[in-house]
Amino acid sequence: MTAFMPAAPTLIDALDPDLTARMTSRRGLFTRAAGTLGALASAPTLLAVASTEVFAQGLPGQVVDVLRFALTLEYLEAEFYRTALATPRLIPARYRAVFTQLARHEAEHVRLLQGALGGAAIPPPAFDFTGKGKYPDVFANFDTFTTLSSTFEDLGVAAYKGQAGNLQGTPVLTTALQIHSVEARHAAEVRRVRGFVGWDGAFDAPLTKAAVLAAAAPFLAGGA
Amino acid sequence: MIRSAQTKCDKEAEATARSRRGLLKTAGILAASTAFLELNLSKAFAQRGATLAGGTVDLGQGDFAVLNYAYALEQLEAAFYTQVLQQPYRGFNPSDEQSLTGIQSHEVAHREFFRSALGGNAIPDLQVDFGRVNFASRQSVLGTARTFEDLGVAAYNGAGQLLRNPDFLAKAGSIVSVEARHAATIRDMLNPYSAAFAGNDIVDGNGLDRALVPSQVLPKVVPFVLTPVSASQLP
Repeated sequence: MTAFMPAAPTLIDALDPDLTARMTSRRGLFTRAAGTLGALASAPTLLAVASTEVFAQGLPGQVVDVLRFALTLEYLEAEFYRTALATPRLIPARYRAVFTQLARHEAEHVRLLQGALGGAAIPPPAFDFTGKGKYPDVFANFDTFTTLSSTFEDLGVAAYKGQAGNLQGTPVLTTALQIHSVEARHAAEVRRVRGFVGWDGAFDAPLTKAAVLAAAAPFLAGGA
Repeated sequence: MIRSAQTKCDKEAEATARSRRGLLKTAGILAASTAFLELNLSKAFAQRGATLAGGTVDLGQGDFAVLNYAYALEQLEAAFYTQVLQQPYRGFNPSDEQSLTGIQSHEVAHREFFRSALGGNAIPDLQVDFGRVNFASRQSVLGTARTFEDLGVAAYNGAGQLLRNPDFLAKAGSIVSVEARHAATIRDMLNPYSAAFAGNDIVDGNGLDRALVPSQVLPKVVPFVLTPVSASQLP
């Protein structure tokens, strides 16, 4: 488990305020992720609940796995924005409505997924938004905050997109798509707040669960 | 800016050339479809988008019908933004230009993707009618754009469940989030840095965007499309 930690390439490691550099690094992640076999094993215990108990509410195990994975990301986003909004002088007044709306949706997604999972829901994990010390001013510097916000939103979009195939043929697919497009609206808006256009190109790429977890791992306080 | 203007010109020239090719192609398909329908009406319905008597375009059935449905919406969006760039509204600033040029190029890429993926199963080029849009007015143009983008997002969200081929679902997924990025952008251009990009008028109390089926979406595009479109095999 520890073997993957030091060298694991993540979205965040590759982050650069320069959009072009970031696009390049995101594309590179696909090839790198293919080799990150340890990433899933590194996921915190909350994601590793045995599949025997996942038939709660009659959902197939595969669907429950996707919903738990989604809930983890929504917990992360919800707490991230809740903390930011509670931090004085972090968010300039002119952008407060944007981040209030983001916080509202992420909290709604958490409640929705908890409700869908019922007894199979996972509890919220502990987060470290400094990314193990890499972003010490995440809640003191608006640029750092929006850089991470942008990353989390794009990560969420790619994560939901990557799970669509696992939900095909189930009633959960449409709901997941309805969350996915809201995350994409968020992602575009945060990019605009940062002074960029809202997209990379005409087609958004998906990310595998392993790649998403590798990118999120530095922000999970329990670690890998 | 010079470079951007050059890119724009190239794109418009390309778009015009495409639309001329499209006209020829439409004429060809119309003739071919009519002959084909005379030969075997039921077989035509089973597979491909087809032009019926009276010029009505039927989207076909199965995954091809869903792809033709998306293709029709992308045709509409691409044609709209191409006209927006050709007739810039009053107050068309560099920031607006950057966003709308990007969106136009995406819609053209989406349209061409479906045209190519559908091949012989593609419906002909639709005739659009933007007579109700005041292209000189930023409010009218962006208001129409907002309608198209929000509708596109809802259409893709509702169409996912209709697709059987996982590769088509993946591709639709890679397009819908870009449509949602457009929707947020257009909404932000109308109401900067407000909650409007994902406003409570479009996102419900569970944090969900809309999902609409074709029979809910198509009536909303009818005012902008002259070609009658039928989706008899879709919900």
